[in-house]
Amino acid sequence: MQQMTPQQSIALNHKRIRAEFPALHQQVHGKPLVYLDNAATTQKPEAVIDTIDRYYREDNANIHRGIHALAERATEAYEGARTRVAQFLNARTDREIIFTRGTTEAINLVAQSWGRANLAPGDEVLISHMEHHSNIVPWQIACQQTGATLKVIPIDDHGQLDMDKLDELLTEKTKLLGIVQMSNALGTINPVATITRKAKAVGAKVLVDAAQSVPHLGVDVQQLDCDFLAFSGHKIYGPTGIGALYGRLELLEEMPPYQSGGDMIKSVAFDGTVYNDPPYRFEAGTPNIAGGIALATAIDYVDQTVGLANIAMWEHELLTYATEQLSQVKGLKLIGTAERKASVLSFTLDFAHPLDAGTILDRQGIAVRTGHHCAQPVMDRYGIPATIRASLAVYNTKADIDALVVGLEKVREFV
Amino acid sequence: MNTTQHAEAEQLAEAFDLFEDWEDRYRFIIDLGKQLEPIDPTLKTEAHRVHGCQATVYMVPRIEKPAEGDAPIIHFLAEADAAIVNGLIAILTKIYSGQRASDILAFDIEGLLGRLGLEEHLSPTRRNGLHEMVKRIRATAQRADPSQA
Repeated sequence: MQQMTPQQSIALNHKRIRAEFPALHQQVHGKPLVYLDNAATTQKPEAVIDTIDRYYREDNANIHRGIHALAERATEAYEGARTRVAQFLNARTDREIIFTRGTTEAINLVAQSWGRANLAPGDEVLISHMEHHSNIVPWQIACQQTGATLKVIPIDDHGQLDMDKLDELLTEKTKLLGIVQMSNALGTINPVATITRKAKAVGAKVLVDAAQSVPHLGVDVQQLDCDFLAFSGHKIYGPTGIGALYGRLELLEEMPPYQSGGDMIKSVAFDGTVYNDPPYRFEAGTPNIAGGIALATAIDYVDQTVGLANIAMWEHELLTYATEQLSQVKGLKLIGTAERKASVLSFTLDFAHPLDAGTILDRQGIAVRTGHHCAQPVMDRYGIPATIRASLAVYNTKADIDALVVGLEKVREFV
Repeated sequence: MNTTQHAEAEQLAEAFDLFEDWEDRYRFIIDLGKQLEPIDPTLKTEAHRVHGCQATVYMVPRIEKPAEGDAPIIHFLAEADAAIVNGLIAILTKIYSGQRASDILAFDIEGLLGRLGLEEHLSPTRRNGLHEMVKRIRATAQRADPSQA
């Protein structure tokens, strides 16, 4: 597919975009699939599937050690992917990119490596009430291990951060602030650059959870001025089991290894081991080579084939349309109505439990997520056990939203 | 399986056979749930909560002490906040509530769920919740009649 320019209407090219995603063209329970569970994982374009296929058919070899042609090809492609990720995030050097299994592993890496080395009793870690479990539990554990205290920035009824409380909670005790750029449960987009500036003023380090934001907004680590940023490949049309951590090089150079074993060492003797430089210091064992290479293909797809600006524009139009259409459904309440939000419609129905709604929608071929979305504190904040979440991707159309609305009316008939 | 359980299972299987499409089957399940006797809100405690399902499920067992020489009988009330889960609870109630512990433990629930097509129609998450309820019922039966363990 050739690159589209923002001037062209994305809607006109939807046929072409959808044609790139084979999984979208199937029937579920005898109905055409309407896939609206993109915040959980996105479908994969042909280009990504082809990259994985080609790697295993032609280049499969372990990286960094072999002298033979296949090993060199695999190493070159994998390191090329690192460079592509660095460029995508606008990191200063590809040494600032550590491949991980995904966002969760990336945050655990920071908590266990940087956290254990730098936190002490009296220190505070600040997170927000809208974090998902992957940006809560690693910090709870790191705090238990080091004696530091975990503090939480509250959110308002719309699902927006309470910025006054943020100012109150940010003190010289704050050693790290972990913040989600876009909430998976509410769709809220947080003003991360502003938050980072405030955190820097008290000397805190900042970790950005970009799992949801990377596929929808452009992310520039230098512009955000964050110290760490984590994302997952599978939410940006790439494979599962691969993601990346961006870390400021000066910090990575001081951080101890997180896991040990091959590739993280320079030399091993029984009386001592010399650790490798970052990023290799943090990449023990044989990595997900095919995944890394295919992640670069996914980034090319998003960044070049379709274009992030086009994606953002289309998804915004779709979100506006979906918000309007869902607001017409009697008894539906949107959870998360922040002024700045993207791609997520989380809601409850006064006539059906989310689980019943999800089940009946599934029978109509409509895939949505129901539950707490691994963000139980968010559900507790609204006093609800779960929501129904429809989340959008570039291949979704207004027809998908219409199908959802019809599906919800069917749910009403049932219960 | 005793004769009541057998009859209930037969009746359910026949009813399910009548429905050709999923819609009618789900409607039937939801209707079964609507007939459930509600649980006294004061009994909705953490001890009675059954975890493992996305819905909130409470199950209150009662063991009827047997006369000398008789087997204990297990009764239970259960309720969920989701309609389809309530229907599944109603099916379990028909099969298990008011039965002897030995009959509860001997009943082939997997066979029935398979026959009703429920195993194939339920998502793994939902199956997990259903199995948690069955586990809870069986554990109560085992407690009531340790000779069956």
